[in-house]
Parts: sequence; C-alpha cells; structure tokens
Amino acid sequence: MNILKKLWAYIRQASGDDAYERYYAHHQLNHSKSEPMNRAEYFKYWQKNKWTGVTRCC
Amino acid sequence: MPKSLLSKFIWLGIAVLGASAVGGIAITRGESINAIWFVVAAICTYLVGFRFYSAWICAKVLVLDETRATPAERLSNGRDFIPTNKWVVFGHHFAAISGPGPLIGPTLAMQFGYLPGTIWILVGAVLGGCVQDMIILFCSTRRDGRSLGQMARDELGPIGGWAALLGTMMIMIILIAVLGLVIVKAMAHSPWATATVLGTIPVAMLVGIYMKGIRPGRILEGTLIGIALLFACVLGGGLIDANESIRGLFQWSSEQTAWFVIIYGFSAAVLPIWLLLAPRDYLSTFLKLGVVFLLAISIVVLAPEIKMPHLTQFAENGMGPIFKGDLFPFVFITIACGAISGFHSLVSSGTTPKLLTNERDIRMIGYGSMALESFVAIMAVVAACVLEPGVFFAINSPAGVVGSTAAEAVATISSWGFPVTVEEMASLAAAMGEDTLLARTGGAPSLAVGMATIFSGTFGGSALAMWYHFAIMFEVLFILTTLDAGTRVGRFMLQDFGKHIWKPFGNVSSYPMTILASAIFVSAWGYFLWQGVKDPHGGINILWPLFGISNQLLAGIALCVATSIIIKMGKVRYAWVTGLPLAWLTFICTWAGWEKVFSSNPAVGFLSGASDMAEKLAAGALSPEVAAVAPQLIFAKRIDAVLAMLFAVILWIVIIDMLRMSFKFLNGGKVLPLSETPYTRSNPNASSVATGLH
Repeated sequence: MNILKKLWAYIRQASGDDAYERYYAHHQLNHSKSEPMNRAEYFKYWQKNKWTGVTRCC
Repeated sequence: MPKSLLSKFIWLGIAVLGASAVGGIAITRGESINAIWFVVAAICTYLVGFRFYSAWICAKVLVLDETRATPAERLSNGRDFIPTNKWVVFGHHFAAISGPGPLIGPTLAMQFGYLPGTIWILVGAVLGGCVQDMIILFCSTRRDGRSLGQMARDELGPIGGWAALLGTMMIMIILIAVLGLVIVKAMAHSPWATATVLGTIPVAMLVGIYMKGIRPGRILEGTLIGIALLFACVLGGGLIDANESIRGLFQWSSEQTAWFVIIYGFSAAVLPIWLLLAPRDYLSTFLKLGVVFLLAISIVVLAPEIKMPHLTQFAENGMGPIFKGDLFPFVFITIACGAISGFHSLVSSGTTPKLLTNERDIRMIGYGSMALESFVAIMAVVAACVLEPGVFFAINSPAGVVGSTAAEAVATISSWGFPVTVEEMASLAAAMGEDTLLARTGGAPSLAVGMATIFSGTFGGSALAMWYHFAIMFEVLFILTTLDAGTRVGRFMLQDFGKHIWKPFGNVSSYPMTILASAIFVSAWGYFLWQGVKDPHGGINILWPLFGISNQLLAGIALCVATSIIIKMGKVRYAWVTGLPLAWLTFICTWAGWEKVFSSNPAVGFLSGASDMAEKLAAGALSPEVAAVAPQLIFAKRIDAVLAMLFAVILWIVIIDMLRMSFKFLNGGKVLPLSETPYTRSNPNASSVATGLH
C-alpha cells in the first residue's frame, strides 16, 4: 500500500500534477505575507516557465 | 561470505555475461541469433559502465561533493530553481533527452547489417554520450545552471560562445527539416495514418482547454482523457480508411503532406502554448514512456530471432540504398543520437541542473539517462532486424534507387541477395492496412512494421493494422513535439541574433515579431524539407547525414567546453576522458563532412552530385519529372555543401580556440578564470523537506 502511495506521489510530481500544491506550500512557508496565485494563474505561469528554453531533444 | 566479496562476484558475473553476449553477437555467422542477446549485451554494458567508469569519473575527475549546496538549494525560488527528488529529475531529464533520433538513426544504419550499429551504440554511449551528458550537467550545476552557450563564452571566450550559438541554431533547422521529412514519408498516400494524425490535433487542443479552463492544472486527468481519445483516433482512422467514399480526402501526396507539416509547425509556434504545444507534449511524453516500456517487455517476452545479417555488402561497397557511403565514417554519423548526441548538452545545461538536490545525483541522472536512451536505440535495432532483410530494404529503398514499380523494386532487392516478392510486400501492406509499403524511406514505417510485428506477436496476432497505425501515430506525435518545441526555441534564438541587426526584432513578447521570426525560421527548415520531398532519391539520403554531422558538431563543442574546464580544474592528466571522444568525433565529422562535400562519387558528394545532375540536365538524360525539379535540386545540393563545410569549420574554430586556451593555461599564461560558483555548504535538512518524496 505504501509503495502504491509512493508511486502515485511520484507520478503526480513527475507529471507536474501536484505543482500547485507544492507552490502553495512553498509560498506559505517563505512568502506568507503576499497573496499567492490561484490555481489557474499559477498553471498559466508554470506552463510558460516550463516551455521556455530547450525542453525536447531529437 | 563478506558483502564486498559477494558484490565483487556479482559484478564479475555481470561483466562475463555482458562480454559473452557482445561476443556472441559479434562472432555469430550464418545461424540466426536471438534478440535477447542484444538486450543482455546492452544492459550488462551499461551496468558495468555505470558502476565503474562513471563512478571513477565522479570520484577522480569531477570530485563530486555531497556537502556542496546545489543551485536548486542555494537559489531555491519555487519557480525554476526547485530542489526535486532525484527520480523525478531523472524522469524529466530522460523525457527531455529522448527524442525520435535514436529510433530513426539506428533503423537507417541497419543497411550495413546489425553489427556495426550495435557496437557503436554501446561503445559510443558508455564512453562518449553518457560521459558528455554527465560532465556538462556537472559543469552547469557548478555554474548556477548556466547554458552551454554561456559556459562556452565564460570559459573559452566570445569566439567559442558565438560558434556554439550558431551551431545550435543550424542543427535545429536541419533537425526539424529531416524530422518533417520522416513524417511526410510516414503519412503520404496513407489515409489511415493521415486521418489519425489529423485527429490528434483537436484532441491536443481539447486537452489544452481542459487543463487551462475546465480543471486548471489537472495534468494527469487531462492527459488520461487525451490518451483515451488518441486510441479513438487510431480506431477512427481505420474506419475512415475502410470507407471508400471519404478515404480519398485523406489520401495526400508527399507535397500536400509537406505543406501540412509546414503550416502545422508555423501554427504551433504562433498559437498560445497552452492550446496546442504544451498539451500535445504531455500526450506524447506519456505515450513515449509507455511505448518504450511496452517494447522492452515485448522483446523479452517474445524473444524474436534477428533476421538481418551481421554485415551487408553495403558496408564494403558504400552503395547502400537508403544512403550512400562507406561504413566508415557514415555509420557513426547515422547512429548519432543513440550513441552521443550534442543536443543533450542543451538539456544538461538547461532545466535539469536547476532541479538537482544533491551533486551526487549527477551521476545517476547524467550518465544513467543516456544509458537508458541508448537502450532505446538498441530496441530500434531489434525492431528493424526482426524483419526479413528483403522486407526491410523494400520498405526503406527509395523508388529512385530500386525502380518505381513493385516488380522492378523487388527484383533489384532480390538481386542483392535479400529475397522478397511482390506478393509478400502486397500481403504485408494489406495486413498493415496500407496501400503499399514500398519505398517508404525514412525509418518510421519500417520501425512501425517491426513494432507491430513484435507487439502483435506478444499481445495477439489479429490486430497488425491497428498496431501499425498506433506505432505510426506514436512516432508522428513524438516528432511533432520536437518539431514545434524546436521551432519555438529556434524562433527565440533567431530573435536573439536578429536584435543585433534590428533592435525591435528582439522583442519576444511582441506578437508581430513572433509571427515574423516564426515565419523566417519555419521557412528555413521548410526549404530543406521541400527539397527533400522533391528529391527522387528520397531526401533522407541527403538530410540525415547532414543532421548527423551537425549533431556530432554540437557534441564536439560541448566536449571542448568540458575538456577546457577539466584542464582549468588542474586535471590535465584526466583530460582524455572528454578529449578522446572529442578527438574521435572531430575525426569522424571532418571525414564525413569532407566526403559529403568533395567526394567524386556523385551519390555521396554534394558538389559532384550537383555537377553530375547539371550535366545530365544539359544532355537531356533526365526523366521529365526529375528534369522539372533539377535546377532547384542542383541549387539545394550546393547549399548543402556550404552547410556541411560550415559545420566542419565551426567545429575546428572551437577546437583551435580550446587548444589555444589550454596551452596558454598550461604554460602559466593568463586565461579566462574558471567560472565555477564558490563553495557553499549544503543544509541537508532543507533539501529533504523541499523534495517531499523521501
């Protein structure tokens, strides 16, 4: 069961599915005074960031 | 038994098993050999290389330091610098470096027989490609995740920096053109493939809309829906193909398909990324990892026999139907990505170094990912070699080489000693749901036939056509991802260059400039794609070697940067670790470039090829169809010659710059200092909290 949980956590993290939760946690921990982005805003930002630079090879 | 002794015995066993598998592959003559031996030889070679060579490099040459804080830890900002679990980084890195190259290159190289390609994939990866990826990742990690171009500028000076940038942009243009051509060869005249691929575009858009508007950021949900719809596209393509009244709508010529690829590439570059580019990338990445995994399992379960001979006559006479030229140097240029790929150095100095939690992960991620990528190339070898050689050559030989009718083609191929019949090819095409499989040069269709044979043998024999078109969809989706990601990066680079001439051009957030820069970049690769489509010899024979040379050139630049850094770290006695692969690549690239430009054989040399065609045109010896396009083909060959020469010149400029710098440094002269970021002690607690997965 524990292994399945870990695998699921891995898949979510590797795919970026949990990116918002991780951003939110990071934000609460380090910048709790400012307002965090909401899910839609963050996704837009995350995607743009991910797609700048060389992300795919031949 | 003490643990260390046991481990010594295990490693001895792996080494002996690997050596006997490689030996078995190398000395088997006449009798057939099982694909399992390729898998065993590959895995043992990577394990030994990883366990001993990479460990030695990390300990002695790079001196990785676990206590040194990585950029992700020092600069952690929750955006691009994020300490991430090592297996997650491994997944990201592998997904980024694994492209269609290691599937196509090895398939094409099988015209020489299985042995030369297999040996180079294994040796090249363990001693070259894996080392390059790992050391560049190390260099970039020690420099706050700086890019290869920046490192070249910082360590070698402006000449090296400019050469790296120019080399990267040119490799992009050739890469995209040749990949576009592979798509054209896979889709043209095939209603099923065309309909399926067209269907994937609205599917990707739907996924994009879902992830942005309906359920923001739910990547797994969106991707799963998309994957299900992709399977529906394969089925739907089959239904369209079976319907006589509408299948004609999807029966496109090569020219029409090329226009589709060009328009598609331009649209993907100018549309917002969330709509088409990003969602299709999620789909193709999931599909890619799934297919690679499935293929590995199928090969082990099915254990197919290899039917290709170990060496064909084309290795000696240089008259191979897919591309002309001798085994040396062209097998190295053709395999390219599966053994050493310069492009990887852009990823190793891109996102990956900004995610590393600890320096010790560099070995696993840099060396390990490339070993896995090389294993994908070995699977492509197996998929090509389980086909009867006659069938392999019938699919991959262009009509201009073997004859344009089926009877002519099979007669020519059978005369080479690879028996194949018209009936055999017709029934194979019917089983795969295609009108014909003859002269489908480019690697994708023969790989798809090989994969369909393996998959249907493992999972059920009746669905060959379905598996074939699934494989084609997988390949095309995969290539389109590289195509539009490459166009996007190329556009940014072009704007970066262009701003020195006209400042407003560099504004990446201006929409008119985006359109202008994308149009210029798409025209650049579109030009080469179009010449390839028009070429009676298939075009792949020209573009793939050019791509191989440019990719190895980029690897050469990366190895120059790595060598100069090793020397400046005071480790000149270990400079051979990158110096030897560099010397080999330089030798091969220069030789291949020379042959491609100056060879007196018109089938190999661009210049003699152009003159030969010009003479035939003047003498009226060309067929009317070829004569009509001859002037543009002659011009294109001369451009190709200039490009090949330019590639070699750029490589030599960087090498001379690197040698000049190294000698000056070793003689106590003043050179650019090592640009390494100073040591900061890592806080182990901070990083383990940050990655979340323990």
